[in-house]
Parts: sequence; structure tokens; C-alpha cells
Amino acid sequence: MGKPDDAGRLTGDPITVRCRFFATFAELLGREGFDLVLPGTATVGDAVQALRQALPHGERLPREPMTAVNREHARPGHPLADGDELALLPPLAGG
Amino acid sequence: MSQHVTREPIDVGRLVAGVADPARGAAVVFLGTVRRSEADGPVISIEYSAYEEMLAEEFARIVGEVAVRWPGVACAAQHRLGDVPTGEPSIGIAVAGPHRAEAFDACRYVIEEAKRRLPVWKRERFDDGSTRWREE
Repeated sequence: MGKPDDAGRLTGDPITVRCRFFATFAELLGREGFDLVLPGTATVGDAVQALRQALPHGERLPREPMTAVNREHARPGHPLADGDELALLPPLAGG
Repeated sequence: MSQHVTREPIDVGRLVAGVADPARGAAVVFLGTVRRSEADGPVISIEYSAYEEMLAEEFARIVGEVAVRWPGVACAAQHRLGDVPTGEPSIGIAVAGPHRAEAFDACRYVIEEAKRRLPVWKRERFDDGSTRWREE
């Protein structure tokens, strides 16, 4: 069991984050999803770095793609929690 | 499916009816349509795909922001997904307010925020059967 950090999160327990990929990212990775296990203090940036290293063709992902956590835009410093859904978003082309 | 997402042709009349009110004397409509021009090449359609759960939530957030920034202004908006033929709208925004200044401003706000924030992607389909992802 970990100790709480300043934000009250347990810092020792790993977390599982459900990652989702779309459009050109899904194409270049050859997949639309991946469950990533991370340290409890991981941020969006940490997750992206882990994905780039862990996934086949992961190095094709940009170092700082646009991202969303639980369906809201989120920056690299955004802290992650167990069960979060992290989406990597290629450049948007809506409208 | 949310009120902000459709796989059918956008019903512009229905969007306008959704914001019409005797107190709102100005109505503005924006339609973004699939373009085919010299510069674009022989596009026959664009396939729109999205992070659908987030699309619905983010579009609802944008429309909600209109109500806060322009009290008295109503907005109805939809993004179409799937294959959209050339010339047909992929996005429809109807805004109505008491006066034209806020109606135009709010409509502009919605399309600019939609382009900046909605998790939607497009793949052009050409008349020779080839496709190309388009990044804007």
C-alpha cells in the first residue's frame, strides 16, 4: 500500500489506464486500444512516453500528441488515476 | 446518439426550428459543406470519423458556453459522421438571439471552437477510389 501524496493519491499502487487511438494513430499502430499499467503518480505525458516505448510502431507516435482523459482535453501534466480513459488524438479536422 | 451527432443528412430546417422564438429576432445559420475544387482535387466524398463519446460531450460543452456568454441566445448544432458526399453539410449550426450582433458572434464562436476542439477526423475519397487523411 502506498503513501498519500500532496493531492491525497496513493503513490505506490500501479494504475491501469485504458488507452484509445483514432484515425491516423490507429492506422500507424495497427490497433485502436491498449490497456497500460503505470505507476500511481503517472501523468498523461508519462503514459504517452510509455506507449511510444511499449507498442510495436509506437515510435511513430508524436512525442506530444493532443490527448483527452475521460473525454476531456488534457495536457501532458494531467495526473492519471486507475480506470481513466486516455485518448490520443491526431490533429483535429472537424467542422 | 446525442442531439449533436448524426449519421443522416443534416436537417437545417429542424436546427433553425430548434432555436426559433418570437423573442429572438435574429437567426444565423452556418453550414460547413464538403468541398470539391481545383485545389482539393476530384473529391467525391469525405468520410468523417470521431471519438464519438467525447464528440457528444465536447459539442454539448461548446453549446453550453454560448448560453453563458450570450444570455438569451439559443444554439442548435450537429456534426455528421460517416460518408458525406461533396456539397452536403458535415456541420450545421443554427443560432438565434434578440439581435444580429450576438447571433453572428455566437455562431462564429461555435464553428471556431468546433474546429479547435471536436475530436473528428476526415478522410477524403477521390473518384479513382483512392483516399487521403486530411489534417484540417
